[in-house]
Amino acid sequence: METYLAEGSNLAAGVDRAFIFIFAISFILTIAISVLMIYILIHFSRKKVKNPSQFSGNTKLEIAWTIIPLVIVMIMFYFGVKGFKPMRDVPPGAMKVTAIGRMWEWSFDYGNGKIAKQLVVPLNRNIRLDLFSADVNHSLFIPAFRVKEDVVPGYNNYLWFKPISKGEFDIFCSEYCGLAHSGMVTKAIVLDSLEFNKWLADLKVTGNLPDHPGLAIIKANACITCHSLDGAKIVGPSFKGLYGSKRIVVTAEGEKEVEANDEYIKRSINDPNVEVVKGFNKGLMKSYTGVIKPEDIDKIVDYFKSVIETKK
Amino acid sequence: MNNTSATVPLNYLNHKTGLWSWLSSTDHKRIGLLYLYSITIFFCVAAVLGLLMRIEKFAPGPTIMTAQTYNGMFTIHGIIMIFIVVIPGLAAVFGNIFLPIMIGAKDVAFPKLNLFSWYIYITGACLGLYSQFANGHSPDTGWTFYVPYSAEASSNVVIALTAAFVLGFASILTGLNFIVTIHRLRAPGMTWFRMPLFPWSLYATAWIQLLATPIVGITLLMVIAERTLQIGFFDPTLGGDPVLYQHLFWIYSHPAVYVMILPAMGVVTEIFPTFSQKPVFGYVPIVFSSLAIALVGYFVWGHHMFTSGMSYESRWFFSFLTFLVAIPSAIKVFNWLSTMYGGSVDLKPPLLYAISFIFLFTIGGFTGLTLGSLATNIQVHNTDFVVAHFHYIIFGGMGFGFFAGIHYWYPKIYGRMYNFKWANIAWGFLFIGFNILYFPLFIIGIQGMPRRYFDYDPKFQTGQMISSVGAVILVIGLIGMISNLVYHVRRGAIAPANPWHGVTLEWQIPSPPPHENFDEVPVITHGPYVFDNPHTKND
Repeated sequence: METYLAEGSNLAAGVDRAFIFIFAISFILTIAISVLMIYILIHFSRKKVKNPSQFSGNTKLEIAWTIIPLVIVMIMFYFGVKGFKPMRDVPPGAMKVTAIGRMWEWSFDYGNGKIAKQLVVPLNRNIRLDLFSADVNHSLFIPAFRVKEDVVPGYNNYLWFKPISKGEFDIFCSEYCGLAHSGMVTKAIVLDSLEFNKWLADLKVTGNLPDHPGLAIIKANACITCHSLDGAKIVGPSFKGLYGSKRIVVTAEGEKEVEANDEYIKRSINDPNVEVVKGFNKGLMKSYTGVIKPEDIDKIVDYFKSVIETKK
Repeated sequence: MNNTSATVPLNYLNHKTGLWSWLSSTDHKRIGLLYLYSITIFFCVAAVLGLLMRIEKFAPGPTIMTAQTYNGMFTIHGIIMIFIVVIPGLAAVFGNIFLPIMIGAKDVAFPKLNLFSWYIYITGACLGLYSQFANGHSPDTGWTFYVPYSAEASSNVVIALTAAFVLGFASILTGLNFIVTIHRLRAPGMTWFRMPLFPWSLYATAWIQLLATPIVGITLLMVIAERTLQIGFFDPTLGGDPVLYQHLFWIYSHPAVYVMILPAMGVVTEIFPTFSQKPVFGYVPIVFSSLAIALVGYFVWGHHMFTSGMSYESRWFFSFLTFLVAIPSAIKVFNWLSTMYGGSVDLKPPLLYAISFIFLFTIGGFTGLTLGSLATNIQVHNTDFVVAHFHYIIFGGMGFGFFAGIHYWYPKIYGRMYNFKWANIAWGFLFIGFNILYFPLFIIGIQGMPRRYFDYDPKFQTGQMISSVGAVILVIGLIGMISNLVYHVRRGAIAPANPWHGVTLEWQIPSPPPHENFDEVPVITHGPYVFDNPHTKND
């Protein structure tokens, strides 16, 4: 069972320092104001004072109680920024997990289709959580780690932390999200690195596998707007069964049959109008030379090969 | 002066009778009372909802209601308390009744517009109530109506938004009326710096009402357009930006906090000199601190959104401005204490409430600094800490300021006096209940208890239970206070014109005031807080 004000992450110390400073000043001043007030009520009570003073201001005092609080709050401001600044600077090489909020549960995507309902993380490693909302606003809050950031649809919000003690810690949704908002809770579980690796290896694949890097490039360049993946004829010929297939192309010299090998695919990307598959119109596609880098074109070719290989 | 029989002098309460004479009255004092009664009724309704929520939270899991009911309840509680009770609140009640009198005017600048504002207010309030019952279920978005949830939730949201929009107009028109009144209708000789400080606080407030309220009006219209016409302003599925909504909402709703608190500060600023028989300490600094709060208060809205995904630069800049806005409030507290210092302090019920105001407002203010600091905000944002903080400010500040005001001006309004002992006992319940109710929420908030949670982890139960007990004590205090006031409207001892020996203009005319306030237009020859013959007898 966790103790609540335990410092569960590297960020906690900075937050707690700001807490202690602000609370200490607030406590002292609240007590001072209250004691002064009670002193006035007793010492200047109507029973005792029959001849009230009639002074009505003092410039030096006004300046003093403007400047002194100003200095105090500026120190508070400083501690606040100091504790907060590291929260926005994710160290390079942090382990990335995507936290997905939807009404009314959390899930954590570790990549490769591995999705968990609890946030399991290795001790003493920097973890970056990319926050994704599937519907309305949520907010990921781990009190023991002193982290909270809203999960807003359409926004690429993030937070990061380095867990510094093993154990189980509460995760709450802290932005109201409807009926079961208060049920949108789970746990952050901090394991040591060996235990974590075993846990991740044992985690079943339940989500979608990520796209082949070549397919990701195809999608990123909107190739599939004109070239379908499923065989449908759109503006250009489909990518289905492309690699190794034979096709009739129209060139300046006339029709000829070619095999869709590495060279053909690269030619079609860089000089699309030299050989146009019969039945499709010339001039609709521009050259992608300089748009897609040569090494990315290699990945696209790899993708086309991989699709054929998985079928065999 | 007394132009009628010795037993029943004519005043604004009895010069005409019958319900219609009230509903059609353009007398600012009667309109103030219309606001007082409507606000009191709505306050009681929302307070009962608050009590029910606290009973629900006495134990984890469902106790007396379902999650849907609970979510609807905190939404209604918020809408009524914020839009119908505290935003009009002090300005509409005491501003209406006392602003013209304190500046030596016969009425506000536009008396008919003033009555019309009340009707707009009632229309908005009724729409607000209707939204809770139409189609069998109430909106459950919270009073903040955050999109995309509010764009997708039940259709009553549109009615609730319309209600807030209509209420906004009442607020704008009242603000306009007060600004013109203060500019044009001050008595001969009443220069700006001879004006009492309650009118000054209303002046600062009125500018906020006039300039900030239209923003929320337009924002709410945009949400309505989004829901009904599918125009994508805020909903990402329509291509909108949810965080833009939060900006627009808080650009109004943060200054609205100052609409609530500034008049309360104005009320206690009147009470301290009267009950000390000593001039206000630092008149000019208090004036400028009110104006500074109104001005800087416009630029701190981002502190409601530190976790929303704003850039790092926006976050620290809003944090910086938030710390600045604390300074004028601190200046006021020191000036109030110095006003009493050296005086002849008489701890009557109005002063009791006024010093409670200082205590509770101080706690609310300091916890506001915790929220304004970036690092600590991350931990306490959207937890029960925030709930405790804004109840200390709004209820402890504006609420206790209102209670101070009603106990101060009651004999002037009704010409009768309430029972002091009864008032003191009710105060005890209120003050103790208040702290038991809200203080534990600070602690469980720091530990991570999120707000707007129907259910909660059992480890938070101790704090939640103590808080619920406090709610019951608080409600006993409220019943005690209200019944004392209501009971003595007709049965209280006849109050003299100036029971507290105040020196501002309202104490120089009979209680209750005559229909047109002054038989002769007063001529002002000195500042508002000159105690020539301080009254120091115990009475």
